[in-house]
Amino acid sequence: MNRPNPYLNDHWHVVAGNEAVASGQPFRTVLFDVPIIIQRLADGLRVTAALAPEKPLPVLERYGFIWTSLGTPMPLFEIPEYDEADRRNMNAGSLGVAVSAPRAIENFLDMGHFPYVHTDILGAEPHTEVKEYDVEVSAERGEVLATRCRFFQPRAATSSAGGQEVEYVYRVPHPYCSVLYKSCPSDENRRDVIAIFCQPVGEERIVAHMLQSLIDDVSTITDMRRFQQTIFGQDKPILENQYPKKLPLDPRAETPIRADKSAIAYRRWLSQMGVNYGVIPLVPRVADV
Amino acid sequence: MSELSAAWHPIASSEDLPYRHVFHGQLLGREFAVWRADDGNVNVWENRCLHRGVRLSIGINEGAELKCQYHGWRYANRTAGCTYIPAHPADAPARRITNRTYPVIEFAGLVWSAAGAADAFVEPLQEADWFALRPIPVTATPEMVRDKVVAAAEPGSEPVRLTEFGYSMKLAGGRGEDAAVFIQPVDAGRAVIRALLPETPAQPLATLRHYNALLNALREQIERTAREAPAPEPIEPEYEPVSLELATMPELRLGTRTSIRVRVARKYDAGEGVIGLDLAALEGHLPTFQPGAHIDVHLPNGLVRQYSITNGPGEQLHYGIGVKREPESRGGSSTIAEAVREGDLLAISEPRNNFPLRRDATRTTLIAGGIGITPLLAMAKNLFGSRLEFDFHVFARSQQHLPFADALERFGDHVSPHIGLDAAETGRTLEEIVGSYSFARHLYVCGPAPMLELVRALAARNGWPDEAVHFEYFKNTREIDQSSSFTVELARSALTLEVPAGRTILEVLRENGVEAPSSCEQGACGTCLTKVLEGTPDHQDVYLNETEKQANASMLTCVSRSLSDKLVLDI
Ligand code: FES
Ligand SMILES: [Fe+2]
Repeated sequence: MNRPNPYLNDHWHVVAGNEAVASGQPFRTVLFDVPIIIQRLADGLRVTAALAPEKPLPVLERYGFIWTSLGTPMPLFEIPEYDEADRRNMNAGSLGVAVSAPRAIENFLDMGHFPYVHTDILGAEPHTEVKEYDVEVSAERGEVLATRCRFFQPRAATSSAGGQEVEYVYRVPHPYCSVLYKSCPSDENRRDVIAIFCQPVGEERIVAHMLQSLIDDVSTITDMRRFQQTIFGQDKPILENQYPKKLPLDPRAETPIRADKSAIAYRRWLSQMGVNYGVIPLVPRVADV
Repeated sequence: MSELSAAWHPIASSEDLPYRHVFHGQLLGREFAVWRADDGNVNVWENRCLHRGVRLSIGINEGAELKCQYHGWRYANRTAGCTYIPAHPADAPARRITNRTYPVIEFAGLVWSAAGAADAFVEPLQEADWFALRPIPVTATPEMVRDKVVAAAEPGSEPVRLTEFGYSMKLAGGRGEDAAVFIQPVDAGRAVIRALLPETPAQPLATLRHYNALLNALREQIERTAREAPAPEPIEPEYEPVSLELATMPELRLGTRTSIRVRVARKYDAGEGVIGLDLAALEGHLPTFQPGAHIDVHLPNGLVRQYSITNGPGEQLHYGIGVKREPESRGGSSTIAEAVREGDLLAISEPRNNFPLRRDATRTTLIAGGIGITPLLAMAKNLFGSRLEFDFHVFARSQQHLPFADALERFGDHVSPHIGLDAAETGRTLEEIVGSYSFARHLYVCGPAPMLELVRALAARNGWPDEAVHFEYFKNTREIDQSSSFTVELARSALTLEVPAGRTILEVLRENGVEAPSSCEQGACGTCLTKVLEGTPDHQDVYLNETEKQANASMLTCVSRSLSDKLVLDI
């Protein structure tokens, strides 16, 4: 069985939403094909591999989710906005999807599908253009950053009424996690934060955990959650119909266009970091050498 | 089973392909998107969008094109070439974005294909009114399924081999017909039994039910045996990598080198003074084109002229063009008018598109003057086929002069002919048509130079941004000033060249061995468009719009020169 390379292994990986694990009730899930058990005990959380119950794994509660690692985890990335007092932070759901984690991240970064997959919510024909935007890979922070991303949206969030051009910033601070900032309909100086944390159950199976951190004191939590779940429910059938399910890192496997700049940067970054799980690594072709 | 990939196998029944449906086919570990276009043609394509790998079997069959669900890329009937990328509505996609296609033949109520380069199709059966039974999927190796099917013959009867995986036989427990039974090898461990009866039975439903029960019992028996055998390794089909130029991303321009031989399939009168020509492929289909595209036609007298393709989407068997009889022309049209006959062979270039149609307009306005109708006709067919909002204004001297009048009829209310107007009336009408600009509207105009100038001026005055006004000149009627001399530095080739008065940049490039594409060489078609890295070009073309000219970021090397002493070009 394919094992994650040390770079990937030495990260925190999400394994459950906080509320999913009740006291006294062991919660079973899978990370990198390894069955694990999460328990909420009197002295805190305990995570172990099902086959090695005596050896606790590292554990962290952050952003409303439980994180663990099969290696020696480097610090988890920061989302500073999360701690702002007036934000409404919520776990917007955890959904199993038969796809690799990197495919799900690429979909999260992608604006071109809005009019087709999120019709009349995040986009609508005929407004299909993806305008030029900027991408950089910050080596020292180890993250991909896409800025000045703009898209015409009929209804960008629960609290927005008419159509508008919405501006996005995307961060990929972790090989399997991405954070999105978008102009906030109720306060033009601040940004709503939506994040996806992918739990690699196997190479071709994930649980996608969603976080929302919003400036919105009108909508109910249920509405805001439902909005995000509708969106992701629309992505799921597309993701499950992608072939191959693993993300090909060979640039010649698929056909990129300018709108895919962020995905191209992401694929390159995964390649550089030697990421080998949930991807089809680049093997140099004889003819190219 | 690799030797099998050249063999033909049934992958679907004809009934699996109803109007505007896409069927998910499988053969030897491969997946196919199988769909019938409105012209009857059946397409068998790799079931994978070249963009992001989404299955095309969940795409949308629009009748002439298949549209991917994920980002709306459109692929043409027959060629599987990508014709439109919605994320970049102003760009014409590279013709070479082409999905993999597989051979296809419809025979005996079944759709046949092969998983690789196929042998010639040999009809395995007599032509007859074959009646297809329900296909029965079986989880077992195709070889085992075949052997068990053969063993299920009526005792005493002798199955006759039709293909490696097909037999003519009487099935034990059947109703005595000589059935044709084919085993479709889906994967190493899966197959589909496709059986045909020689004619439609008297009681079709009862017969279907009878054989369904019979074959299902056979399936269960085969699967019981198969469960005891070790599961075979699945077939790993190889996927061809996309070409290097596509993988290394955008900004590619096509050269004009490849030429295609075509036959003049039809020459007809397309209105007073206009000849219509259908140029057909000698075999199979012609390359993918997009609305607005043109081809170079090499004429018998050695001249090369550009003509717009008038076809609708997915019409790939011939290119329709319109030629104006013009006594004073450079020789192009008079040659066609007089010399070219039906059946003649001509050489043409691959289609090139400098006048791409955006499909992201809330409303598109097309304005044609005379023979300028040709590219707009292709656009109108495209917009009409996809039910997009548009209006189509055609100006002509008289009803008889209205080109392609027959083709216009189908657009109904979308078309407004403007017949026999004088200059002042034309001006007033255009003013009304152009009107004021509103968000996401686009205007396309093609016709005589004065008309284009007028429309552009009216649009500018009424608040239309340059990006929303699209035009195509047939020729550059401006006087070209060749008096300047200057230096050109080629950034990528590390060459510095002197351009003297009286010579064009393009000529100097070629003299120095630099390959540069070109077509009209009079600043109208845009083929020689080149990026400018430094310096101020002296634009003398009619291709770039004002905003593009002022940006000084690109130029046409066939006519434009330099205002600064030096130009640095991205060549
Ligand atoms: S995957 Fe088909 S259009 Fe993007
Ligand atoms: Fe999405």
